[in-house]
Amino acid sequence: MTVLVDERTRVVVQGITGHQGTVHTRQMKQFGTQVVAGVTPGKGGTEVEGVPVFDSVREAVQRTQANASCIFVPAPYAKDALLEAVDAGILLSVIVTEHIPFHDMLVMYHYSRSKGGRIIGPNCPGIAAPGKAKIGIIPNVVFHPGRVGVISRSGTLTYEIVNGIKEHGLGQSACIGLGGDPVVGTSFVDALPLFQADPETDVIVMVGEIGGTAEEEGAEYIRHHVTKPVVAYIAGRSAPPGKRMGHAGAIISRGRGTAETKLAALSAAGARVARFPYEIPDLVAEIVAKQAHR
Amino acid sequence: MVKLAEWRGKDLFRKYGLPLPKGQVARTPEEAEALTRNGTVPLPCVIKAQVLSGGRGKGGAVKFANTPDEARVAAAAILGLEFKGEKVRELLLEEKLPIAKELYLSLTLDRSLRLPILIVSPQGGVEIESVDDSAIDKIPVHPFPGLASYEKRRAGQTLGLTGGPAKSLDRLLESLWTLFQREDAELVEINPLAVVGDGLVALDAKVIIEDDAGFRHPEWDDIQDDRTPLEEVAREKGIAFVQLDGNIGVIANGAGLTMATLDVLKEFGGEPGVFLDLGGTDDPKKVTEAFLLMAQAKPKAVFLNIFGGVTRCDTVATGLVEAMKQVPTAERFPLVARIRGNNEKEGVEILRAAGITSIPTLRESAQAVVAAAGGKA
Repeated sequence: MTVLVDERTRVVVQGITGHQGTVHTRQMKQFGTQVVAGVTPGKGGTEVEGVPVFDSVREAVQRTQANASCIFVPAPYAKDALLEAVDAGILLSVIVTEHIPFHDMLVMYHYSRSKGGRIIGPNCPGIAAPGKAKIGIIPNVVFHPGRVGVISRSGTLTYEIVNGIKEHGLGQSACIGLGGDPVVGTSFVDALPLFQADPETDVIVMVGEIGGTAEEEGAEYIRHHVTKPVVAYIAGRSAPPGKRMGHAGAIISRGRGTAETKLAALSAAGARVARFPYEIPDLVAEIVAKQAHR
Repeated sequence: MVKLAEWRGKDLFRKYGLPLPKGQVARTPEEAEALTRNGTVPLPCVIKAQVLSGGRGKGGAVKFANTPDEARVAAAAILGLEFKGEKVRELLLEEKLPIAKELYLSLTLDRSLRLPILIVSPQGGVEIESVDDSAIDKIPVHPFPGLASYEKRRAGQTLGLTGGPAKSLDRLLESLWTLFQREDAELVEINPLAVVGDGLVALDAKVIIEDDAGFRHPEWDDIQDDRTPLEEVAREKGIAFVQLDGNIGVIANGAGLTMATLDVLKEFGGEPGVFLDLGGTDDPKKVTEAFLLMAQAKPKAVFLNIFGGVTRCDTVATGLVEAMKQVPTAERFPLVARIRGNNEKEGVEILRAAGITSIPTLRESAQAVVAAAGGKA
């Protein structure tokens, strides 16, 4: 296993019969992911994209040995879906659903953790390891197998950056979209150790945005524990305080969470900081070229 | 984010049994006079503008009255105010209480701990940001056991409470914790929380309800909050739309990409006027709708920056061209497009046929739109 997923990952899609669930089941399969089951209560016994649908996650796990979940269930029911997955013994859940109340997410996060589980998201594009597996909705075409690890709080911006890395003739070991909500299951400090430990990653790209202090905590972790080079970018330098910039978590509140403090912390921790998204692939390419010389 | 006016916050407090001064809302000077004359609000009383911004005391939006006539005059003065851009339409009249001490108390979310956090300080009545950290106690509360008795005792200790007020705090915290969870609040703040006689009274109430929990709280649907009218329309349509101070409208897909686009524009001397995150969509109608909303904001130029992933470039292009047709000639504005990714070729072709050139690099397209908006603002 590189970072969280590989050829042995067996995915159950919760909410598979919805539009998003169906479309992305197809794309995950095309990526090479083993999507072994789907769950929609009341639709058990049917099939979607050649994948058997069950009424419950418990049944899906018993019948298909699914070991990871991808959740597309609408926000009002997402908490229940996650609890069901955890209780069925699934330890990795990617929650794509957006607009989940944070009070629900607090319960989901702490319950999952108490059972040894990990959540990626919510409101996230998921995780992909090119050539191995993908759970979520990151477009297949932007990827190329390689040795750059990407951790990001955004979706589309990440696709663009990953695509830029590909256009520089480089590829990715894995890419994790953490999600744009104020409470996420996996944050920079949780994801950085995975890439630091991954023998298939040489460079780490960190894409953050305004709001909260996840980037500052990531910077602290980098300072003490990360020996691999890190390239960082923060979106939202021009955002005014007190306004939610599209993501529920992207808000400068009471002077906290500005791009400046994040960039300063990352820079002080030794990360190379990009001022524009299009500089990231350049910086990565520069680092890779230097590594090749050694 | 639904910010509740003080009186709405206090209605919630009442529902959960928090101790409050006797009070009532008035919307005219005559109403204010009547409430004090008939004893609904005991005299002397305090009259407070029901606006969402803080600093009301210093801004003349809080006055005192000893007689019904004074109440009418004070109410008339405050109702005429425009407080930090917000017109005063409602007043809260409350009995004036003998305050022994003013404290601070709030419950909110600590994003890094991923836990609710109870914040208390013996220095209330001032903005918490101005209080020294050494005088603030932050107590994380785990959602499963909930607020424990020892945590409540710790809060009481920090606040320097004993006897009656300490007992009052215990009950108050229990109610506030229940309210925080059941009402899906992202903030409940009592500042000041006053020691009055042998108990506590919540003199102010600041409550913010989480937007995403709207499906559980239809009662707040009609509250416009501090959104602009266009932001309100966008919210109903499910479009992330933020009005800013500049003159360039930005439409992009994904919050991160939209923010990054704003940053790049600013770097090249442009002033973003609208942030519009199209999100992921495969419906050209939604694109048209978003674009027409943008047109209503009257930007000097518009920058469309799309990276097609889940969203297809041709879908966006089709929706955009349709919208352009619907904008009256007199209200048209220069449009700079950059569409890349999924079905890029088809999208670029649709735009080209409508006379719009897509500029592939972010740097050049950003410079083009800044120039189109009249250069550096």
